[in-house]
Amino acid sequence: MGATSWGFKKSLWVFHLNAGACNACDIEVLDCLCPRFDIERFGMKLVGSVKHADVLLVSGFVSRKVLPQVIETYEQAPKPVAVVALGSCGCTGGIFRDGYNFAGPVDKLIPVDAYIPGCPPRPEAIIDGIVKLMGKL
Amino acid sequence: MASLGLVLNFLVFPGLLFTAVIGLLTQWVDRKVSARVQWRVGPPWFQPFADILKLIGKEIIIPEGARRTGFLLAPMAGLAAVGVVSTVLWLANMGGDGFVGDLIGVIYLLTIPSLAIIIGASASSNPLASVGASREMKLVLAYELPFVIAIFTAVTKVSPMTLRLDGILDYQAANGVLLGNPSCIIAFIVVILCAQAKLTYTPFDIPEAETEIMDGTHIEYSGAALAVVKLSQAMMLFTLPVFFITLFWGGLVLTGWGILYTIVKYLIIITIIVLIKNTNPRVRIDQAVRFFWGPVTVLAIIGMVLAIVGL
Repeated sequence: MGATSWGFKKSLWVFHLNAGACNACDIEVLDCLCPRFDIERFGMKLVGSVKHADVLLVSGFVSRKVLPQVIETYEQAPKPVAVVALGSCGCTGGIFRDGYNFAGPVDKLIPVDAYIPGCPPRPEAIIDGIVKLMGKL
Repeated sequence: MASLGLVLNFLVFPGLLFTAVIGLLTQWVDRKVSARVQWRVGPPWFQPFADILKLIGKEIIIPEGARRTGFLLAPMAGLAAVGVVSTVLWLANMGGDGFVGDLIGVIYLLTIPSLAIIIGASASSNPLASVGASREMKLVLAYELPFVIAIFTAVTKVSPMTLRLDGILDYQAANGVLLGNPSCIIAFIVVILCAQAKLTYTPFDIPEAETEIMDGTHIEYSGAALAVVKLSQAMMLFTLPVFFITLFWGGLVLTGWGILYTIVKYLIIITIIVLIKNTNPRVRIDQAVRFFWGPVTVLAIIGMVLAIVGL
């Protein structure tokens, strides 16, 4: 294992992309940063620009409206980049899968490395998913 | 041989490599102290190193419409400038001979990283980056005046007046540290406040404001270019306290128990900076300019007057 891939595993910077989620998943993501779960222990932090990101965290069923933005954001991220589908909507479409506006789920559009189901997933589940992703990289 | 020695000094020992390693360790201290203040555990000690190694392995994206050379060369200029400052400071502390204008050179070189950031951000053709660049420009104009006045307070206090770093160190070795005088205590407070803005730390992280302009000045950097930007920030975090110790607090003692004393001095300054960072909200750019040109400049001038009077 080279030095850069070791670094990649130990320092995942997360860009959070809301593709039509109801905000519940987003609040659980913020919970992960708080003192109780403190995800910075694993070297993760949220970044504001997709150019700095190693992990694209996509929450929400992908609506037709945000479909081009999701693909463009993925293309703008410097490779290698891992994609995580967050919540029932991100994994399968959830209750919106028969909706007229449904263009997802995420893995139909961009390659997904890890799925974190739940509506919304608990912070423990998010951390578990990310640690499994670290094992896979 | 002498020139080879200087090149080695610049690249390895007091220069780039050494400064980078210690700077990254300092950044860990910063993140750990911040985490403890927020009642968190914080990252492991190798975290900044992992960040840099990871960034080196990633793709560099040059945005459409960007000036390629300016965009990529500006961070390198900043990195080189910080390396030179660190080399000059350490050589003066290790008993080397300075030249007549040491201090002026250091002041100039400490401005170059900010200029490099402005050039790089303007070259990236991103609207948020140009907002960040214009804020950085205003911030430089704001803090540079009190910063220079405070530094020249120390110069005035030293007799005979000298701009050589080794001259200032010799005076402090003979007559006690400058921080023992009221005028220099005032200057030290001013300098710490300016350091906060020079490092773009809260409350003066206006050019990088993560929540409003998404890292502003370096929004478009990715991969190894971002690694260079982060590295020069870390080196700046190491160089500024060393500069203040040299100027006001008796310099770095590198023998026996002096090493421990030096580390304690260094960590005290770092902790003050990190605590200011963690206990203050971000101010607006106009508030920052008013703050630096108003109270801080007045404070710096009071310190200068006290130094001239002889306190």
